[in-house]
Amino acid sequence: MRNGPSWFNVTSLVLGFSFLYLPIVLLVVFSFNESRLVTVWGGFSTKWYGELFRNTQLLDAAKVTLEVAFLSASCATVLGTMAALVLNRSGRFPGRSMFSGMIFAPLVMPEVILGLSLLLLFVAIDQSRGFWTIMIAHTTFAMCYVAVVVQSRLVGFDRSIEEAAEDLGSPPLKTFFLITLPLIFPAVVAGWMLAFTLSLDDLVIASFTTGPGATTLPMKIYSQVRLGVTPEINAVCTILVGLVTVGVIAASITTKRREQQRQRDERAAIAQG
Amino acid sequence: MAKKAIGPVRRTFTPWEDSSAKPFIEFRNVTKRFGDFTAVDNLSLKIYEREFFALLGGSGCGKTTMMRMLAGFESPTEGQILLDGQDMAGVPPYKRPANMMFQSYALFPHMSVEGNIAFGLKQDGMAKADIAARVAEMLRLVKLEPFAKRKPHQLSGGQRQRVALARALAKRPKVLLLDEPLGALDRKLREETQFELMNIQEELKTTFLIVTHDQEEAMTVADRIAVMDAGKIMQVATPAEIYETPNSRFVADFIGDINLMEARVVSTSEDGTVMQAVALGCQIETSQTTTAAVGDTVWYAVRPEKIRIELGETEHAEGTTAVNQTNGEIWDIAYMGDVSIFHSHVGNGNGVSIRSTVANVTRLVERPLTWDDKVTLSWGRDAGVILTN
Repeated sequence: MRNGPSWFNVTSLVLGFSFLYLPIVLLVVFSFNESRLVTVWGGFSTKWYGELFRNTQLLDAAKVTLEVAFLSASCATVLGTMAALVLNRSGRFPGRSMFSGMIFAPLVMPEVILGLSLLLLFVAIDQSRGFWTIMIAHTTFAMCYVAVVVQSRLVGFDRSIEEAAEDLGSPPLKTFFLITLPLIFPAVVAGWMLAFTLSLDDLVIASFTTGPGATTLPMKIYSQVRLGVTPEINAVCTILVGLVTVGVIAASITTKRREQQRQRDERAAIAQG
Repeated sequence: MAKKAIGPVRRTFTPWEDSSAKPFIEFRNVTKRFGDFTAVDNLSLKIYEREFFALLGGSGCGKTTMMRMLAGFESPTEGQILLDGQDMAGVPPYKRPANMMFQSYALFPHMSVEGNIAFGLKQDGMAKADIAARVAEMLRLVKLEPFAKRKPHQLSGGQRQRVALARALAKRPKVLLLDEPLGALDRKLREETQFELMNIQEELKTTFLIVTHDQEEAMTVADRIAVMDAGKIMQVATPAEIYETPNSRFVADFIGDINLMEARVVSTSEDGTVMQAVALGCQIETSQTTTAAVGDTVWYAVRPEKIRIELGETEHAEGTTAVNQTNGEIWDIAYMGDVSIFHSHVGNGNGVSIRSTVANVTRLVERPLTWDDKVTLSWGRDAGVILTN
């Protein structure tokens, strides 16, 4: 009987994680490169981060991206939550499974098709393209992700809690805001964050629906990379990776803490009868 | 406070016997269909103010649908429901003067015990100070004062149940609806809570309507019981009447344990009925009159505890038949601790058996009866009831 993992497990682990994270590690490392040449190490430096904050084009693109992401995530959350509620609550009606299928179809639809169809729509209704068209397009494809997340939360929802609120004198709409929304709030927030992230890193749909003056960060990065990767781009990407990592770790720690607290409380309640 | 004590106390509150009394809740020819399934079938029922009324039946008998229609979560397909003289058609749940205690308790998990109890009062726009006073009163009533600030998941099952009760009572509803309120509690706690419920009902003088599948629970707490089956009410009566004089084989069989003996009517008169038991080889005489004609087949139902069991067979002279007694042989004994249930084969081994319950007044080793003993089973003239349907 040997202790510890076998050589096979260790190798699989190393290979798998290298495959996933080596490119990102390289990107982070080279963002601290002194040299202008991306692939040649010239010593440690943070100068590209300083450069970055003087690059108004990149900063403008970042601002547009955050604005689009914030607005589209918010709209998508409202629409996606409503869709999830309707699909979960309205019982059986003719065409219900078709509707739920249609809500989730954009999840697997190629982005190129989605982007092209939205572009055709905007041209057809003679909508000049720019900030708002990107926002609408992002809302469209992010809302189905929100619907999926919120619906999974609603599946285990005890409807009698809402009935109890109504029974105690609260009309349906008020019940939604006082009871249902607070209880599904974690899922709504998760949906919002997912929508925000999706909008943040979308390139294809934004490229189709954008117009003059509305360039998002992914578009900016992509167009610059075609002229050659600069350490500045590495710096931007490192900041993005850092933000996402901190966000994910913070979220998982709070969820875990809350769950542990809850289990402790329940044990205490059972112990004291 | 044993409300169910035998004696005059028990009989003082009988509004259902007063023909001038106005019903507080009335179901008038109510039918509820879900697609092809008829959950409640042309049902009429009157419940009076301050009554503790139980709807009793197996799962799927329509009892929960009745309660949900009264609370407003379902609307009847046909018929009318009146509450305190007002037709409830079209009145949404949040405007009905009835509050419900849910089977799952349905506590708001994101609110404290106080918050749960205050929820309904806030919806009524009650003043803050009045809400605080009412919440404190409710916490006292259900003995939960030390737990006011806790969240539901920090409470035990019994405590959650009491929060649900306090929350439903906080608005002083005209009717409290209880949907299987004690189903999730263990036996001991359930019995305690039954008495607590009765005390609270006596204190508040609110009309309580309880839905349950547990006959002991219904018999303990209720003034009257409606036994339901397949969307219809089989019998509405006090617990004692339901037990002593069931009106049908279904009710007799559903409530408690009973011996059903098939018999043919021999003679009827104002003084009673004489029947010939088909399988027992004896005659049954009772002072009960019946609508059945001579020669009809009826059922005579006797509760096991009303059958005496004695050691030794009884011989009868040639040409005479035993009356209200039969010989048998003990075939099985179930020892329950407080009582023993004897199953005796009767009627010359044609497979019919009679159950009799005997209180274990002596210790088990001194029990005079044992397996394969020849015994005499007998019952009094008024022990049973004739059932024609």
